[in-house]
Amino acid sequence: MLIDWFTVGAQALNFLVLVWLMKRFLYKPILNAIDAREKRIAAELADADAKKAEAKKERDEFQKKNEVFDQQRATLLNQAMADAKTEHHRLLEEARQAADALSTKRQEAIKNEAQNLNQAISSQVQQEVFAITRKALQDLATVSLEERMSEIFTRRLQEMNEQEKKDLGDALKTASAPAIVRSAFTLADEQRAAIQNALNETFSAEIQIQFETAPDIISGIELTTNGQKLGWSIADYIVSLQKSVDELLSAQNKPKDKSKDKVKDKPKAKTKSKNKPIETESETKP
Amino acid sequence: MHLSPDEIIFWQHGFFKLNATIVFTWGLMLAMTIGAYLITRGLSTELKRSRWQNLLEIIVTGILKQIEDVGLRQPEKYLGFLGTLFLFVAAASLSTVIPDYEPPTGSLSTTMALALCVFVAVPLFGIEDQGWRGYLKSYIEPTIIMLPFNIISELSRTLALAVRLFGNMMSGAMIIAILLTITPFLFPVVMAVLGLLTGMVQAYIFSILAAVYIAAATQVRKPKPATNL
Repeated sequence: MLIDWFTVGAQALNFLVLVWLMKRFLYKPILNAIDAREKRIAAELADADAKKAEAKKERDEFQKKNEVFDQQRATLLNQAMADAKTEHHRLLEEARQAADALSTKRQEAIKNEAQNLNQAISSQVQQEVFAITRKALQDLATVSLEERMSEIFTRRLQEMNEQEKKDLGDALKTASAPAIVRSAFTLADEQRAAIQNALNETFSAEIQIQFETAPDIISGIELTTNGQKLGWSIADYIVSLQKSVDELLSAQNKPKDKSKDKVKDKPKAKTKSKNKPIETESETKP
Repeated sequence: MHLSPDEIIFWQHGFFKLNATIVFTWGLMLAMTIGAYLITRGLSTELKRSRWQNLLEIIVTGILKQIEDVGLRQPEKYLGFLGTLFLFVAAASLSTVIPDYEPPTGSLSTTMALALCVFVAVPLFGIEDQGWRGYLKSYIEPTIIMLPFNIISELSRTLALAVRLFGNMMSGAMIIAILLTITPFLFPVVMAVLGLLTGMVQAYIFSILAAVYIAAATQVRKPKPATNL
C-alpha cells in the first residue's frame, strides 16, 4: 500500500507546524521589513518633495525680492539721474550768473577806467587850457591894458544899479580902514586919480582908497572894502569858467537818470556865471 | 528498491512509526526554520540589506505576486498556506542533490497529506470569505444538477494533486535509481539536474493549483486592467 495513513496524518501535522514556523520566522519579519522600508522610502520621498517645495518657495521669494530690488535700484538710479540733471542745470545757471556778474563787473571796471581816463584827460586838458589861457593873458597884460581896464572899472562903477551902488556906498562910508584897490600891475598916477574921481563921483563922497599890486589876478582891478567887493579881472572869468567845467564833469560822472535834470540846468548856470563876470558878494565878517 | 521513503522505517511501536518520510520532513522543517531565523534575525529596514535578506524578500514578494496574479484579493492572508506549500515542495525536491536523501514528497502519504490540507483549506477559506450559504451555494451553480459533478470534481482534483506530485517526485527518484544501474556516472547527473527542474515545476504547479482552487472557492476578484500591454 502506497499510502500510510499514520504518515499522512503526521505529514499533515508537520505541514501545519511548518506553516506556523514559516509565518513566525519568515513571512512576518520579511513583510514587516519591506513595509517599514517602503514607509521609510515614502517618508523620505515626501520629505524630499517638501524640501523641493520649500526650495521652490524660497527661490520664488528670492526672485521676487530680486525683482523688487531691481525695481528699487532703477528708481533710485532714475532719481539720482534726475537729481544730477537738476544739479547740473543749477550749477550751469550759477556759473552763467557768476560769469555774467564777472563780465558786468569787468565791463563796469572797463567803463570806470575809461571814465577815469576820460576824466583825467579832461581835467588835464582843462588845466592845460586854463594854464595856457592864464599864460597868454598874463603875457598880453601890459600897462596899456591896465589903463583900458581901469577905464572899464570906472565905467562899471558908474553903470552899477541902485541897490548895488547903495550897498557898496554904505560899506565904503562906514569902513574904518581905507578901501583896497588891487591890480596886477602898479597903476599909473592918472589912472589912480581917475579911479579916485570915479569913486568920489559915484558915491558923492571922499573915498579913502589904498592901491595894492597882486599878480595872481592876472589882469584886472578889484575894490575891496568892509566885506563888499567890486572888481573885474580875467582871473574871475577863468575861475568862473573852471567852475562851470568842473560842474559839467561831475554831472557826467553821476548816473545818467539822476543827472538828466541837472544836465538841463547846466547851460543856465553856465550862462549865468559867464554873464556875470563882475560879482558882488556879501561877506559877513564875524 | 522501494517506491516510497515510507518503506524505510527507523522505529515502530504499533500504529506509531518513524519512517524516512517523517524524518526527512523534520530535517527539512528544521533547516528551513533555522535558515529563516538566521536570516530574519538581523533584518534591516534600511536601504542597504544583506544578500540573504534580498533573496528571501525576492522569494516572498514573488510568491505574493503569484498569488495576486491568480486573483486572490488579500495575498498576505494566503501567503502562509500557499507559500509554505511551495517552499516545502521546492525544498524537498532541491534537497535531492544531497546524497542518500529521499524527498518526502516522493511519498504518496506526504502528497496525500498536502492534498488533504488543500482539500480542507479550500472550503475553509471559501466559508471565511463568503459565509456558509455563499460557499455551499457555489456547489449548485449554475444549476442544482451540477451538485454531484461539483462534489466529484472537488474530490478528484484533490486526488489528482496528490498523485501528480507523488508521481513526478517518485519518478525522478526512480529514473535516477534505474539509470544508475544502466549507465553510471554522467547520465544520472543530467537526469538529477532535470529532476531539480521538474521538482521546481511541480512545486510551482502544486501551489498555483491550490491557489486557483482557493480563488475559485472565494469571490473571484475582477482582474486588474492590464496597464502594460
